[in-house]
Amino acid sequence: MQEDFWELGGRKFSSRFILGSGKYSLKLIKAAVEEAGAEMVTLALRRANGGQLDNILDYIPENVVLLPNTSGARNAEEAVRIARMARELCRTDFIKIEVIKDSRYLLPDNYETIKATKILAQEGFVVMPYMYPDLQAAREMCAAGAACIMPLGAPIGSNKGLATKEFIQLLIDEIDLPVIVDAGIGRPSQACEAMEMGAAAVMLNTAIATAGDIPLMAAAFKAAVIAGRQAYLAGLGAVCDTARASSPLTGFLHD
Amino acid sequence: MEDKFFNASIYDAQAKEYAQNCRTDHMQYLPDMEIIDSDLLERVTAARNNCQWQQYTIMEVKRALAKGKRSIEDFKALLSPAALECLEEIAAAAQRERKRYFGNSVNIFTPLYLANYCENYCVYCGFNCHNKIQRAKLTNEQMEQEMQTIASTGMQEILLLTGESRKMSDIEYIGAACRMAAKYFKVVGLEIYPVNSDEYRYLHRCGADYVTVFQETYNSVKYEQLHLAGHKRIFPYRFYAQERALRGGMRGVGFAALLGLDDFRSDALATGLHAYLLQRKYPHAEISISCPRLRPIINNDKIEPLDVHERQLLQIVCAYRLFLPFAAIVVSSRECARVRDNLMLLAANKISAGVSTGIGSHGKEHLGDEQFEIADTRSLQEIHADLQERGLQPVMAEYVYV
Repeated sequence: MQEDFWELGGRKFSSRFILGSGKYSLKLIKAAVEEAGAEMVTLALRRANGGQLDNILDYIPENVVLLPNTSGARNAEEAVRIARMARELCRTDFIKIEVIKDSRYLLPDNYETIKATKILAQEGFVVMPYMYPDLQAAREMCAAGAACIMPLGAPIGSNKGLATKEFIQLLIDEIDLPVIVDAGIGRPSQACEAMEMGAAAVMLNTAIATAGDIPLMAAAFKAAVIAGRQAYLAGLGAVCDTARASSPLTGFLHD
Repeated sequence: MEDKFFNASIYDAQAKEYAQNCRTDHMQYLPDMEIIDSDLLERVTAARNNCQWQQYTIMEVKRALAKGKRSIEDFKALLSPAALECLEEIAAAAQRERKRYFGNSVNIFTPLYLANYCENYCVYCGFNCHNKIQRAKLTNEQMEQEMQTIASTGMQEILLLTGESRKMSDIEYIGAACRMAAKYFKVVGLEIYPVNSDEYRYLHRCGADYVTVFQETYNSVKYEQLHLAGHKRIFPYRFYAQERALRGGMRGVGFAALLGLDDFRSDALATGLHAYLLQRKYPHAEISISCPRLRPIINNDKIEPLDVHERQLLQIVCAYRLFLPFAAIVVSSRECARVRDNLMLLAANKISAGVSTGIGSHGKEHLGDEQFEIADTRSLQEIHADLQERGLQPVMAEYVYV
């Protein structure tokens, strides 16, 4: 099989697993990179900004792309300001836009996200918008200059899987940018399913961070993402309601 | 009617005598106090008054534990006397939520007391205006020295506190402290006397983004008996402080009942509901809840939190976590290291370190006396090491001012 790359912001990635931000520890980052093969790791600027006694940046290997996000932003203007700070601090043009004004469910605000996408894309950022899977909003993000779109499967950290599956499928079918399923994936089987649907990659954190054995769960996700991707490339068989022999009616024909 | 929850340890002879005197209407706003259009007080009070704790059985508790998302009724069941029998299961469920929302991280902050002048007569508090203690207020220079000392330990989040005296610690003074704190720290919070929304807006522009106000007790009758004089006596003005703070542009607000002043179950219920209803009204608001128990003060070392023992405290903290899984839960240095560290593992996620409740205590000179006796005197480095030893990840700041 040919090597299977995907591209974003002029970089080639072979891994289709991205580590999300949220629950951070040295053990988690190590497992994500070494066991799950992550080539991109998200970091909330508000955490990087903290000047921790242990600097989280020290844990991230140099060959891994650091993806800062704008978590903490409640509108487009705040997202833009955080993105500019992130560019300075993390020395990268990659930015994941998160605009959230709901502290209970942490659902993204598509309207403000579109506005932030437009401004940041014009400033040369590689804009990766986190969004609620709405086709119209996704089209506007494309038009605004997004580099990919990142629909949620279920609320952040919920481990509820692909609750928005039908709508994510529409985005994959209709949008000509990589679709990265972000948030909600709680099991390797759900990551596999997202990849079978044709997602370019999946992003997750909590499912691994809260596992009993972090490295083992990271390895399980790696295998699941690869299996799902291969199934997508292979072409899945159609689903039908009854059993079907290979040629029940025309099997007698010889020439 | 006899008060089943009367805490005799709080009242000294002077307070008893004062309480006999003519007292003002604690529900009546004073002329300078902003009145906002809100019905939260009525809703919280009604829920507190109508709760029949004895109606909840282990069955309701187990049902609440089995749910993914808990209702107000579930919250009541978890706080009920019946729930104490399933404390182990409650702790296990709380730990799962804590882990799901916060992983193993623990946020660390420290309080800085700017002044201990106070115009209120809160009979249980060391700063009350009738308590004979050494009073002080940091000058700008002393403030800067204290902040430099604290920042040099690696601390990134600061909570600025004053006694409740508008005269001695006016808004401009507090604003100047916020501006200075914003230079040395990433996160600036306030625990000061309640103010109007335009004043919160001013303080927000000076660099503060979080406001904590303890309601002490949500029983307005008991509140009146405990807060004998001063602006703090006005119960509804205090209750609406968090809402005014949010309207003034603050990012987050903190709540607490001082456990041991009245029926702790009813006060915990009211605290949780106050936070819950406000977040529903202002969905962007970041919510934080503290769980303080009464502590001894200078000139009254007899004060104790009555029937709020460690088991009850754990029950309350877990009930808060299960009802409001996304909220920050703070356990202050009123509790000892053993209790705090275990609560961090199970349900809470925010802890203070390097604490002193006196004035000027981080420098060489002790300028003013303490608000209460603390039970955990560990430095930031000690708490950092102890948390790591327990598999927790200390986080110094997770925030950006925008």
